[in-house]
Amino acid sequence: MSDHTKLEVEHELEIAFQAKIDDEQKVEPKDWMPEGYRKNLIRQMSQHAHSEVIGMQPEGNWITRAPSLRRKAVLLAKVQDEAGHGLYLYSATETLGISRSQMIEALQTGTAKYASIFNYPTQTWGDMGAIGWLVDGAAICNQVSLQRTSYGPYARGMIRICKEESFHQRQGYQIMIELAHGTPAQKKMAQDSLNRFYWPSLMMFGPHDSDSAHSAKSMKWKIKRETNDDLRQKFIDQTVSQIEYLGLEHPDKALVWNEERNHYDSSDLDWDEFYSVINGNGHCNRQRIQHHIKAHEEGAWVREAMAAYKQKKQLKNATNAA
Amino acid sequence: MTTEKLELFEVFVRPKRGLDHKHVGSLHAEDKEQALEYARDVYTRRTEGISIWVVKSGDICASQEDDRESFFDPSDDKPYRHATYYPLPKEISNM
Ligand SMILES: [Fe+2]
Ligand SMILES: [Fe+2]
Ligand SMILES: [Fe+2]
Repeated sequence: MSDHTKLEVEHELEIAFQAKIDDEQKVEPKDWMPEGYRKNLIRQMSQHAHSEVIGMQPEGNWITRAPSLRRKAVLLAKVQDEAGHGLYLYSATETLGISRSQMIEALQTGTAKYASIFNYPTQTWGDMGAIGWLVDGAAICNQVSLQRTSYGPYARGMIRICKEESFHQRQGYQIMIELAHGTPAQKKMAQDSLNRFYWPSLMMFGPHDSDSAHSAKSMKWKIKRETNDDLRQKFIDQTVSQIEYLGLEHPDKALVWNEERNHYDSSDLDWDEFYSVINGNGHCNRQRIQHHIKAHEEGAWVREAMAAYKQKKQLKNATNAA
Repeated sequence: MTTEKLELFEVFVRPKRGLDHKHVGSLHAEDKEQALEYARDVYTRRTEGISIWVVKSGDICASQEDDRESFFDPSDDKPYRHATYYPLPKEISNM
């Protein structure tokens, strides 16, 4: 086939692909897809998987210090869920033809990103409340929308994850209720956690649509179903009454209801901070990756033992068969 | 050539784009290509699906239902894994 006809064929395939997307049909692993679609998905899905896995660290940090056995069990169950979410997402990404080890390597060498929120330290027990409530809350907003993403394995993974995610936000909010309605010191702790985690939670939705490098393509391919700014607005709106109920002060002093828009107007975010943390200069970036590498290396003997066991079994089966 | 010992395959059908493949039954076939055609002929005569998977039954590793108590038990006593374990105040309607 000449280069020219090859290009034509490619072009026709692309038109048919877009027609399928426009018709709300899902794309499945063995379907033809444009290279850009595949790349874009691998980037987004692996980033999502890395976020689930790295996200275990800030909360894992408090498992041994949870204030009661029940709190410990709840936190442990939540962190365990996040590990599972990472697994679902890595597996779904692998259907696009990238290997698990390639993804891990990209994470560990910094070519792949993860949600910048996890580079903030968890300093108090109140942070466990704020994270479940705000960070998982923001993640849920995003993930509910992604249940309708165009790539079948990703959409189905999101449906499963959203089901499991429902308790994460509630257990966090419950911690906040107890602190906010507790002693003055506890209430102060709740306020402090809210103040520190509110802004980075809003940043989880990513840059403004106008500054988002991948947004337009992602929307056209229906990888994303709602824009960063729309999802962020939804989250801002829904959080107001939740803060009110806690009796805490809203961190955004410029927040005001806009009758015309039927939404809250709010302060713009500190985008310098956002880019600085994304680019590696947050409080915990180095620590998070170092810990991941350490855990990965310390697990090497388990993987080796499993491989040796498999080999031994194969040898035994071969001798039995002979 | 033996015609008695055909292999057993399990058949999974995806009813619609976007949905999971669902187990629908099994059949005998000489090889996987044949299994796929048979599956089409016997399981999708009324456009029950848009995609079929066939897997050798012997390749499926299954848990034993008799063992389910010890196999699944660890999750039964953890009600806190469900959102309903955390009652929401009535003022909060959007969580
Ligand atoms: Fe998660
Ligand atoms: Fe979560
Ligand atoms: Fe998530």
